[in-house]
Amino acid sequence: MRIPCPFCGPRGNEEFTYLGDASVRRPDLNAPGAAAAFHDYVYLRDNPSGAHQEFWYHGGGCRSWLVVTRDTRTHEISDAKPADGGRL
Amino acid sequence: MRYSAFSLLLEALRGHRGWTPAWRKAAPKAEYDVVIVGGGGHGLATAFYLASEHGISNVAVLEKGYIGSGNAGRNTTIIRSNYLLPGNEGFYEWSMKLWEGLEQSFNYNAMVSQRGVLNLYHSDAQRDAFARRGNAMRLHGVDAELLDREAVRRMVPFLDYDNARFPIHGGLLQGRGGTARHDAVVWGYARGADTRGVDIIENCEVTGFDLHDGRVTSIDTTRGSIRAKKVGLAVAGNTSRVAAMAGLRLPIESHVLQAFVSEGIKPAIDHVVTFGAGHFYISQSDKGGLVFGGDIDGYNSYAWRGNLPTVEDVMEEGMAIWPGLGRIRMLRQWGGLMDMSMDGSPIIDTTPVRGLYLNCGWCYGGFKATPASGWCFAHLIARDEPHPVAAALRLDRTVTGALIDEKGAGAQPNLH
Repeated sequence: MRIPCPFCGPRGNEEFTYLGDASVRRPDLNAPGAAAAFHDYVYLRDNPSGAHQEFWYHGGGCRSWLVVTRDTRTHEISDAKPADGGRL
Repeated sequence: MRYSAFSLLLEALRGHRGWTPAWRKAAPKAEYDVVIVGGGGHGLATAFYLASEHGISNVAVLEKGYIGSGNAGRNTTIIRSNYLLPGNEGFYEWSMKLWEGLEQSFNYNAMVSQRGVLNLYHSDAQRDAFARRGNAMRLHGVDAELLDREAVRRMVPFLDYDNARFPIHGGLLQGRGGTARHDAVVWGYARGADTRGVDIIENCEVTGFDLHDGRVTSIDTTRGSIRAKKVGLAVAGNTSRVAAMAGLRLPIESHVLQAFVSEGIKPAIDHVVTFGAGHFYISQSDKGGLVFGGDIDGYNSYAWRGNLPTVEDVMEEGMAIWPGLGRIRMLRQWGGLMDMSMDGSPIIDTTPVRGLYLNCGWCYGGFKATPASGWCFAHLIARDEPHPVAAALRLDRTVTGALIDEKGAGAQPNLH
């Protein structure tokens, strides 16, 4: 699997570290129901069979955090862009 | 037909023309007391124990492929109960005890081989950690023996004891651990369940659940709709996908784990040996192939195959303990789907949907758990209360904080 890093070009996945689902959002600590929202944020995942947006860190290259869109059924990558502060 | 030395002799004299299929090719009935989704080891074991221990035989097992086509045929066949934490250790030891009597209970040769599982340690600190694990096991009444380097050398003389980076200082041995023939385990459970009246329905994929007033009433499948009083999910690898059809969102990620087998060689390694400085485990099958594996690839996947960096990593780890591996050719490599839970431990519990029971989160340790998983899941489904040895394997432990995190890695599934 080669990840098309927007800064370095296509690189082998051994240069990257995987964090996980990039679609989960850290809730507001002060909002009502924050404890339940944090539980969902920390523990629950859609875990789709298909397109998955996920964080990868290019530690063996430009040291950027990326949001990669990858099909979990085929490992085909359709998009890779800078994580931009956690926003998709 | 009961299998025995006598039946074998009789069939030998008759030219082996009297053998019948091990289980019927059942067609789905309109309604069952219990439907188990997933015809892997755990689902079939659940059906077997529902029939044999709880007298519930109006049961169907739905399998989207054929029996043995999923993770049941894709693991490295290791059985052991060398866990550290309460909540896990009692459960896995119950599984070990069931392994020890399994072949007699389902009248099938599962080739259970208690050849010993030897976990190597490579530093003083790791020796202390392994001593602690061994003590935890013994406190649960499980056999564990801490071996020094010379004792390990007598067992496995050909390892690289003086490796510059990972010298072998000794090992923690569970003598009752070992291997079992993975296909025979599912075949045996399928045959045992079928004999007791369970319908095993292959090539039948679940496409949805009908819910009324928060209760599951029937299952939509590619072979029609089936009504059920109770439904058990045992679909590790696809748990999130199937549970989503019932509106559940779970603390699970699906990951790919690769395993490998070499060309067949003469008997070389008598035990299951694991590398403590990384993650590598190896044993030899009765056909002669070396069966081994390492870590999961580490990213979400439903692809049944992994990538080359993990292959390289596994081979390097193997070479670090056994340089002779380099002279042996690899025959096959494959991937299986792992239900990685958020604390690395499994879930056997009820769900917010009434009548829907959940068995998932086996990470990459599901094979050894097969008998106890089925035993405890059948108990839960039959009695609506958890079996004592599985009482800690709750779905809500991410809410309560009563996590069972053997590695202490936190809520990061690819690190367990």
